[in-house]
Amino acid sequence: MADTALADPDSGLTQAQLAARYGLRVAGERPSLAEYSRRLWHYRHFTAAYANAKLVASFSNARLGQLWQVLTPLTNAAVYYLIFGVVLDQNRVPNFIAYLTTGLFIFNFTQSAVQNGTQSITGNLGLIRALHFPRACLPLAATLTQFQQLLGSMVVLIAIVLVTGEPITMAWLLIVPAVLLQAVFNAGLTMAVARMGAKVADLKQVMPFVLRTWMYGSGVLYSVALFEERLPGWASKLVEFNPMLVYIELARVALLEQSPLLSSSLFQLWLAGVAWAVVMGLGGFIYFWRGEQEYGRG
Amino acid sequence: MVEQFESSTDVTVALPRVRERIPTVVVDDAHVIYRVHKGAAGGSSPVAALRRMVTRTSAPNIREVHAVKGVSFTAYRGEAIGLIGSNGSGKSTLLRAIAGLLPVNRGAVYTQGQPSLLGVNAALLNDLSGERNVTLGCLAMGMSPEEVQRQIPEIIEFSGINQRGDFASLPMRTYSSGMAARLRFSIAAAKKHDVLLIDEALATGDKGFRKRSEQRVRELRESAGTVFLVSHQLSSIRDTCERTIWLESGVLRMDGATDEVLRAYEAFANGK
Repeated sequence: MADTALADPDSGLTQAQLAARYGLRVAGERPSLAEYSRRLWHYRHFTAAYANAKLVASFSNARLGQLWQVLTPLTNAAVYYLIFGVVLDQNRVPNFIAYLTTGLFIFNFTQSAVQNGTQSITGNLGLIRALHFPRACLPLAATLTQFQQLLGSMVVLIAIVLVTGEPITMAWLLIVPAVLLQAVFNAGLTMAVARMGAKVADLKQVMPFVLRTWMYGSGVLYSVALFEERLPGWASKLVEFNPMLVYIELARVALLEQSPLLSSSLFQLWLAGVAWAVVMGLGGFIYFWRGEQEYGRG
Repeated sequence: MVEQFESSTDVTVALPRVRERIPTVVVDDAHVIYRVHKGAAGGSSPVAALRRMVTRTSAPNIREVHAVKGVSFTAYRGEAIGLIGSNGSGKSTLLRAIAGLLPVNRGAVYTQGQPSLLGVNAALLNDLSGERNVTLGCLAMGMSPEEVQRQIPEIIEFSGINQRGDFASLPMRTYSSGMAARLRFSIAAAKKHDVLLIDEALATGDKGFRKRSEQRVRELRESAGTVFLVSHQLSSIRDTCERTIWLESGVLRMDGATDEVLRAYEAFANGK
């Protein structure tokens, strides 16, 4: 009966041999990378719908509803301007308020994507244990939600930049590729932290520290010229290739006429932006895919 | 794998069979262990968390649950198999392992095609309207957007949530638990399946809905190759399954004809 070692007494096969004979596959087997990408593409509508649903759900209980999508970045910018612009008086940067808000909104895109990504597996265990879909949909949806938030922030940002007297130039168009590169970078990073967060739930507690440190190292709140002046040469060089600094500077170059830059050349800046997007996007995806089978375990 | 296949073909030739039984699910000494967080305990500060990450020790508030301990069986095409056992005996966990949603720690589960788990546990978004949840659930099952658009009215009609006014456009958090369960079942039952795993799905909703859902499960059974049914209502197991597997504390206690297993199970349950 049940305790017999042979699955099928007639044929004398073990369970594994029986399965092999009839071409059965291991349940929940990890597909190849190409197959996984194909499935992920097949589920693109789910990813988009889920991202959109999360965005709507996050405001559904607030009385002002979707308006918060614009109000939150606006309030944030006001608070930081009050402290760093008025109280600490950063008059060495021309048009400091536009400089500050650009950095703040661009950094916030990555910060929120990473924060949500850390919990995108642990927070959706019910869904993962109930339905079959490529798990990468979840961190990707987290990035997409934040991307939609960013579009809201961008409206505010453009208004601030215009009000503070920046001229509209052709360079503004460069904000589109810059933000898209950052989105790819974020997607990879979000997938990476999603897998880490699924294994180590403590990551959620540690993440705020990491992100805060990263923010100070990205020249969001003060002039990037400070890095060059105060840090030793090698450290300043290191900061120069900090991906967040790269994306923030790309946005500043696009929108602002005269903002201080740490990077020595524009070409190098774009190159770094592309390189980070490719390395992080691919690396994060492959890292996440390798853990695909484990996500249901919690 | 290939070698085993070739060597085994000889055996087939040597053994004449009246009717060839084709296995659809093969479970080979499967163990499932999952981790549970016991909730806030001491040392949950960020500094303590950081120290744990550096020293690579696991948090003190995690406990491992060994839910399925070495279960083996083979299910064949055309079978309906009931899974019984007291609460917490590992029935649902075993189903999830068969569906490939929970990985096994030791042993293996082999399946034909992709088994589908039909449960009422599919966590949807409570802040969204019922209709949006239907869309989301169908997309998560891999349907195309056009197919989803076609199915939505049918699913909502089947769930019967609109019997008392237009509930489909209200957020799910305003639903009664019965309504939410009905909607989840209706979403899950909207798709055709090869191997179907049904987890307590028949117990939800009122009498009228139960009738409709039992009818639906029968339809699904006819198109599916193999059906697994978890239920505490022995009558529904008796009605639908010819074979029953009894799990107790994660161990397979009995596997055989439904009548025989149910009799032993009832004797065990009454004796406790």
